[in-house]
Amino acid sequence: MSTTEPFTIEQFYKFLTTNQLMAGKCTKCGKIHLPPRPLCNNCFSKEFIWTPITGKGRLLTYTTIQVAPEQFQALTPYAVGIVELEGGLKIPGIIQNITKEQLKIGMELTLDFGTHTSSQNWPIWHRYHFKP
Amino acid sequence: MNGKPLVSIISAGMTKFGKHEGLLTRELFAEAALEAFGRCPKLEPKQDIKAMFIGHMGEAYEHQGHTGSTLADWAGLTGIAATRTEAACGSSGAALRSGIYAVLSGLADVVIVGGVEKMTHRTTAEVTEYLAMASDYPFEQFHGITFPGLFALMANAHMHAYGTTEEQIGMVAVKNHYHGTLNPKAQMQKEVALQNVLSSKYVAWPLKLYDCSLITDGASCIILTKPELAKKYTDQPVHIVGSGQASDTIGLYERQTFTSLNATKLAAKEAYEMANITPKQVNLAEVHDCFTIAEILHYEDLGFCNTGEGGKLVETGATRLGGTIPVNTSGGLKSKGHPVGATGTAQVYEMYLQLTAQADKRQVKDAEVGLTQNLGGSGATATVHIYRRDN
Repeated sequence: MSTTEPFTIEQFYKFLTTNQLMAGKCTKCGKIHLPPRPLCNNCFSKEFIWTPITGKGRLLTYTTIQVAPEQFQALTPYAVGIVELEGGLKIPGIIQNITKEQLKIGMELTLDFGTHTSSQNWPIWHRYHFKP
Repeated sequence: MNGKPLVSIISAGMTKFGKHEGLLTRELFAEAALEAFGRCPKLEPKQDIKAMFIGHMGEAYEHQGHTGSTLADWAGLTGIAATRTEAACGSSGAALRSGIYAVLSGLADVVIVGGVEKMTHRTTAEVTEYLAMASDYPFEQFHGITFPGLFALMANAHMHAYGTTEEQIGMVAVKNHYHGTLNPKAQMQKEVALQNVLSSKYVAWPLKLYDCSLITDGASCIILTKPELAKKYTDQPVHIVGSGQASDTIGLYERQTFTSLNATKLAAKEAYEMANITPKQVNLAEVHDCFTIAEILHYEDLGFCNTGEGGKLVETGATRLGGTIPVNTSGGLKSKGHPVGATGTAQVYEMYLQLTAQADKRQVKDAEVGLTQNLGGSGATATVHIYRRDN
């Protein structure tokens, strides 16, 4: 891939549209940032390269949302969790195709790249989710 | 600092917390300010007060921003330096820290610090959405993670790591509702049984309706001065002997652990060192129980018990009025109410009453050293302050 794309959160979401899960790697100290940042919070470098990461991970904690803002009310109840991917990178997201009884801390989940979200004016991003 | 007073509180005021139909934030704040002025007859507000720091979370609630100068104007203090500080639900704890900076710098000898929020005219869905603005937008809000959801993620992690139970978490609500019945300014004035907490409907598993703080209108304020000037204004000042403020990642997901809030730990360390005391020397505390599980985390992060033992601490009754370390004698956010911007200085209001022996039915006997802890969002901001009675 090109390395000219900016190290922004918007670009992280743009990569999802082409089924790529990408993080920013600091070329000075090697720290991998998910989400990407314009400034390395470890060594203050601003030199990065995009690095692909796998979407397989382990569920660290979860909940089931029953009371939601209007935009998400049609989905209730929905499960959300924080997933640890390779290298200790952590991201949260909705967990789909799962029952409350099947949810377990430590279970393996896979990131699904999601689809275009048209429910908002901004941002128009793909809302990824996790599934067993 | 070695335990010497940083600043002294010479007065305090607070509206009743609850539903104030037809009143705007500026009108609520004027009521709190008037109480503070009335409690301190030797103070000449227009002459003496040089600056105002206001905690206010959201202009969305009332479509009113620029709150610093607005409230100064309505409190009869037009002309003074007035600034709003925003740190979500930790806004007025942060305003207090700013007030301390101002007095210690020597730029202002007397300052008023307060907070306000007007929330009850909005629907629950609207309030849920506005509160969520204090969390990470692109990875939390965008993925439908609400504030109860964030604290539910912490609760589940704590239950999994330490065996904390839904019953123990619910006991925080039972305790704080009991305390609320003793506070005439609390929004909720009724006790709740544990079985009712446990059978209330889930908001975000394992947190239920009775695990959540309230949607509230209210305002609070305190007046600070230099310790050497305090006796000019009152015979009964309360001294702030420790102040800590710290930050953490805005996203919960980026943190090392979900069972502890590092900003609280950092702020507590700073405040304890400044006050030159250990957690065991604290007689009572007001902590940020935005959700019941939060109070359990705070017990541990403030050093009132060992890591993982917060659930057991509430179960023993140690944090109930009459226990070894009463927590949230005001009723806390859970029962007194949580007008988010006003919460930090409302905690200080309770501490002022307790340390001047004016807390009536909920008075902690011989209270000498108190602590308040105010949290912003899911813990990206925390302030901790330590108080000492005047001797």
